[in-house]
Amino acid sequence: MKAFDYTAPATLPEAVGLLVSQPSARLLAGGTDLIVQLRSGRKEADLVIDIKKIPELNALDFDPIAGLTIGAAVPCYRLTAHLVIQSHFPALAEVASWIGGTQIQGRASIGGNLCNAAPSADSIPLLIALGATALIAGPGGRRTVAIEDFCTAPGRNQLASGELLVSIQIPTPAPHSGAAYLRFIPRNEMDIAVVGAGVAVTIADGVFTAARIALSAVAPTPLFVPAAGAALVGQPVAPAALEAAAQIAQSAAAPISDMRGTAAYRKHLCAVMTRRALEIAVTRAQEN
Amino acid sequence: MAPKVQVQTTINNEPVQFLCEPRQSLLECLRDVVGLTGTKEGCGDGNCGSCTIKLGDRIVTSCLVLGVEAEGETITTIEGLAHGNTLHPLQKAFLEHAALQCGICTPGFLIAADALLQKHPHPTEDQTRFWLSNNLCRCTGYDKIIRAVQAAAVEIHGAPQ
Ligand SMILES: Cc1cc2nc3c(=O)[nH]c(=O)nc-3n(C[C@H](O)[C@H](O)[C@H](O)COP(=O)(O)OP(=O)(O)OC[C@H]3O[C@@H](n4cnc5c(N)ncnc54)[C@H](O)[C@@H]3O)c2cc1C
Ligand code: FES
Ligand code: FES
Repeated sequence: MKAFDYTAPATLPEAVGLLVSQPSARLLAGGTDLIVQLRSGRKEADLVIDIKKIPELNALDFDPIAGLTIGAAVPCYRLTAHLVIQSHFPALAEVASWIGGTQIQGRASIGGNLCNAAPSADSIPLLIALGATALIAGPGGRRTVAIEDFCTAPGRNQLASGELLVSIQIPTPAPHSGAAYLRFIPRNEMDIAVVGAGVAVTIADGVFTAARIALSAVAPTPLFVPAAGAALVGQPVAPAALEAAAQIAQSAAAPISDMRGTAAYRKHLCAVMTRRALEIAVTRAQEN
Repeated sequence: MAPKVQVQTTINNEPVQFLCEPRQSLLECLRDVVGLTGTKEGCGDGNCGSCTIKLGDRIVTSCLVLGVEAEGETITTIEGLAHGNTLHPLQKAFLEHAALQCGICTPGFLIAADALLQKHPHPTEDQTRFWLSNNLCRCTGYDKIIRAVQAAAVEIHGAPQ
């Protein structure tokens, strides 16, 4: 690996100051993407800024009004083990237990998963479905961006020079809501999604009142499909409605063929994974 | 070359200081600087788990941790598993069940399995396979490893109730 300097600032203003003064610096959360990329030469850095010592980036708080705050550096295992996340956001606890294996989950953060902006990133479709936002800090102060607008191209995101992700905010779900993320992988664990589908629904008196659907690994960025969710709203909870939404998700997908699957196979999987994820989300909504 | 940094850690219950460059992985530091060569390098990119160590209360792949990140941390490597000359029950079970051939993956499996048995005294086969999915073995076909972990669970915690 090419030589670089390392620093671990204790505060957010210090981190922003370092980013402004050294635009070629790279931020280090769990390092499960960054260290691989630095070692392979795919990325370079003169300075690596470790953000794990900044208290705000390690926060993991739930407030019924403010919702869930996930600090950008919080590793996956803390989400899986968190009782409120298990009960209020079970789909999130699941995703955190599927990213890599046990060792990777000891380091990898959801913030890093988002900032790395891989088309196949597992947490992003679910965050979009849950209506999450990214809280960003930079030299000009703070701003908030909807997760569906965060990724701009493979490996690229919204962050301007000098900016970093502080946290991910997830609103408290309305009563009778449920969410799910499903991915298709050839093995049962530790693999990269061929297709993933994240969904969230709200149901009142047997009718969908809100729904959001997003896909991974079928476009240059995680793909929000507003029309698929909109097709559910006002419909009674029934297999035909789920299938119709799944078909809309499928037609929005623009996958490529690669060693993980052909474009046609991925297209087919979009509908299957969306429908199955919706079935789980509906069951969860009916139990809430 | 960036200037070397002094890192203060506790490794296998002993205070250990080492000097490293920021670009050096913790795996490299353990093996080449501290001289603890029990931890192995397989892939160098987080997939194979042969470099697994315990960092604080979590297992991690030490090829994806920088040596400088270990400042102030407590580390357990394979060298810290046995009690003096008495093998850890997992080590005994791996020998008795022939759960290794070339042995490159073994230190990583043992550290990962030790963490599993601390969390789940009697893991199911599914739990065991899922927990160990970040550890690859090219020789054994995994079955003997799973049996060894189950046998060690009984040895350590008694038969499941
Ligand atoms: C063996 C293995 C298996 C994996 N399996 C999966 C999987 O199943 N699913 C999946 O989705 N991913 C997987 N990954 C990829 C990776 O683990 C995840 O993307 C992880 O969530 C990244 O988080 P991190 O904290 O390690 O990020 P890091 O590597 O620390 O950072 C990732 C990127 O984001 C930037 N960054 C980090 N924090 C911030 C911040 N606060 N603000 C701005 N930029 C920031 C970094 O500079 C870097 O470019 C796997 C990786 C490995 C090595
Ligand atoms: S050498 Fe670290 S995971 Fe393979
Ligand atoms: S014993 Fe050879 S890789 Fe596992």
